[in-house]
Amino acid sequence: MTDTTHQAAVRAAAGPPSAVPVPAPAPRRTRVWRGLTPWLFLIAPLALLVTFTYAPIANMVAYSFTDWDGVSPELHYTGAHNYAELLTRPELFEVFWVSGYYLAASAVQIAAALYFATILSFNVRFRNFFKGLLFFPYLINGVAIAFVFLYFFQDGGTLDSVLSLLGLHSDHAWLGTPVSANVSLAGVSVWRYTGLNFVLFLGAIQSIPGDLYEAAELDGANRWQQFRHIIAPGIRPVLALTVILSISGSLSAFEIPYIMTGGATGTETFVIQTVKLAFQFNKTGLASAAAVVLLLIILAVTWLQRRLVPDSVDKGVDLV
Amino acid sequence: MNRRTVLALAAGTALLLAGCTGTGGTSKGAEAPASDDPSKVSGTIKVLTQRTDLVQDGTMKKYAAEFNKTYPKVKVEFEALTDYEADVKIRMNTKDYGDVLLIPAVIKKNDYPKFFASLGTQAERSKKYRFTDFTTVDGKVYGQSPIGVSPGFVYNKKVWREAGVSKWPTTPAEFLSDLKAIKSKTDATPYYTNFAAQWPLTSWTYVNGSPSCDTQATTKLAEGDPWAMGSDLRVGDTLLYDIVHQGLAEKDPATTNWELSKPQLAKGKIATQWLGTWAIIQFQDAARKAGVSPDDIGFMPFPAQAGGRFCAVVSPDYSQAVNINSQHKEAARAWIDWFTDKSGYDKDNLAISPLKSAPLPSVLKPYEDQGVKFIEVSDAKGAQVKEIDDQSEVGIYKPDYRQDLVDLARGARKGSLDDFLAGLGKKWTEAQKTVGS
Repeated sequence: MTDTTHQAAVRAAAGPPSAVPVPAPAPRRTRVWRGLTPWLFLIAPLALLVTFTYAPIANMVAYSFTDWDGVSPELHYTGAHNYAELLTRPELFEVFWVSGYYLAASAVQIAAALYFATILSFNVRFRNFFKGLLFFPYLINGVAIAFVFLYFFQDGGTLDSVLSLLGLHSDHAWLGTPVSANVSLAGVSVWRYTGLNFVLFLGAIQSIPGDLYEAAELDGANRWQQFRHIIAPGIRPVLALTVILSISGSLSAFEIPYIMTGGATGTETFVIQTVKLAFQFNKTGLASAAAVVLLLIILAVTWLQRRLVPDSVDKGVDLV
Repeated sequence: MNRRTVLALAAGTALLLAGCTGTGGTSKGAEAPASDDPSKVSGTIKVLTQRTDLVQDGTMKKYAAEFNKTYPKVKVEFEALTDYEADVKIRMNTKDYGDVLLIPAVIKKNDYPKFFASLGTQAERSKKYRFTDFTTVDGKVYGQSPIGVSPGFVYNKKVWREAGVSKWPTTPAEFLSDLKAIKSKTDATPYYTNFAAQWPLTSWTYVNGSPSCDTQATTKLAEGDPWAMGSDLRVGDTLLYDIVHQGLAEKDPATTNWELSKPQLAKGKIATQWLGTWAIIQFQDAARKAGVSPDDIGFMPFPAQAGGRFCAVVSPDYSQAVNINSQHKEAARAWIDWFTDKSGYDKDNLAISPLKSAPLPSVLKPYEDQGVKFIEVSDAKGAQVKEIDDQSEVGIYKPDYRQDLVDLARGARKGSLDDFLAGLGKKWTEAQKTVGS
């Protein structure tokens, strides 16, 4: 509404109408309909969006101010008590050290994905086969992956058998100690998500016009120089997106550790801890507050990252 | 409308919607009366159960057909939930949680009258049934468990015999030396923690009551430090620690497999597991499937004696209750009564009958021979214990702290047992102060 008045004011200030003939304004009804039509089209998606995304989030924020246990018909408003409790219990945030393993793993993951994407963007034999091979782990559902790898890491399981074929008879319990378990779990997550990063990178690389390479080759640039000066700048926005996704993914790692170890042996992540608060100890209020805090932390990290590494705005590509 | 107004409106709508969801009705104090004339009871009732296996193989249908011989006008439908606790917890927020359901552990005892219809007074029901005080609020009973269970060690008799052990150990120390004998004289893994399946570790909490043979054991949890020197939980947790610490458990606990552990115990690859009477039938089945004798599956009480006798705690399984919103409370009540008294469900599961007058099941014959004393631990303070448990985040009914204990025992976690148990005790007693009685 402010927009219309503002525009009207501007029009009035522009002085007498110019000589260009202005088409007669459409009748009021038509104008109303015209304004309404896009909204009518948007009703369905907006309703879905509000019902399944914003209402639950609003609900969760509301619960975070109560002492609800998740099932009782009664709940009491407790103000910021849950947040105060969270911030006065530093041990609840110690689990973020576990995210370090996943963060390190995502660095490996991005490097691997970038390497494969670059190689497969050139003409390589069996190119499509390798593309499929790299992407397929991402298509398998996380629960299945967790179960497969549970057998993989078992005592005398797949990993041990493969190692013994190579002559390495290890007696190592892969999920037995905190360090080993976390490294193993982070490895599974690398296996799973490399494909996704790879496809994103490959798409970005292929959108770079081919004549650039040609020109570079004429100038005598080798493959590394092509990567350094053509590919790397070309995929920067996608790279930034991937890094943000990886960081938020590391902070909120859940599926694989939850199914494989249930958070035992020092593999508990912040989300597993939140789930346990809500569903084991029936502190739905506190758990909701923890979820809100995680959201804020991820937003803060993303903001910080955007501050430190700003996008090149002049290119007009801005994915995040 | 500019963008900000739209956003504000959307947020407002979302908040409004949020206000509408959540709490259901708060009716309270209904009764589910028993009918005198079975032919008059009618209606379709839905029974929620966690026994997916029994629904799938048609056993529940057979019970229903048997039930219909007495109550021809009642139609019974079953709904089996794989993840019973989690699924029912969410449905408890609505009115649609079946006509007959198993009381989930998450419901606070004081909230029973808001969710379930009463089955009668405790004074009256306790004459006939066991476990009434587990579901009693203000003198009224809200649920009835169809079976009773008693915790204990499931063991392979053959393996124990081969190790030269002929009688049940009477102290934790003796139990440990028996396990050592098994380790040195047989190929079996002396003890299997089932670490990865989590809940088998939780069952160590049901040691409570056995070593002291005290019917007030639960009350003591509510009032003191559960890990004080000589207390039941400390005795149990120390035994578990020692088993793992002395290398008497499986090599890699992180990748254990519950389903596989059953045939392995039957075949003598595993010697012992701490579970309960309910598990015996499953291990016997596993033995039959593996082609070995089910008679080799043995069951023994916790290795501690009070006054020269072993002590076995009998406690209820999930209790069946009538939904307070049910349209057919009489029919629902009829099902619970029939299922508890006449279905034979307890015998089919080799379990202890919920009827006080019934004899012990045959699998507990050795218990009778050894003169094991059966006690029921009072649950008068059970609700408070649960509340302290949640508040302190110790989780004696959850697997986490025992997983930590096992990690500690096998050196995957730093610290000493004394410090670990003292830490639990501190958290527990601090929560005790904040939880109102």
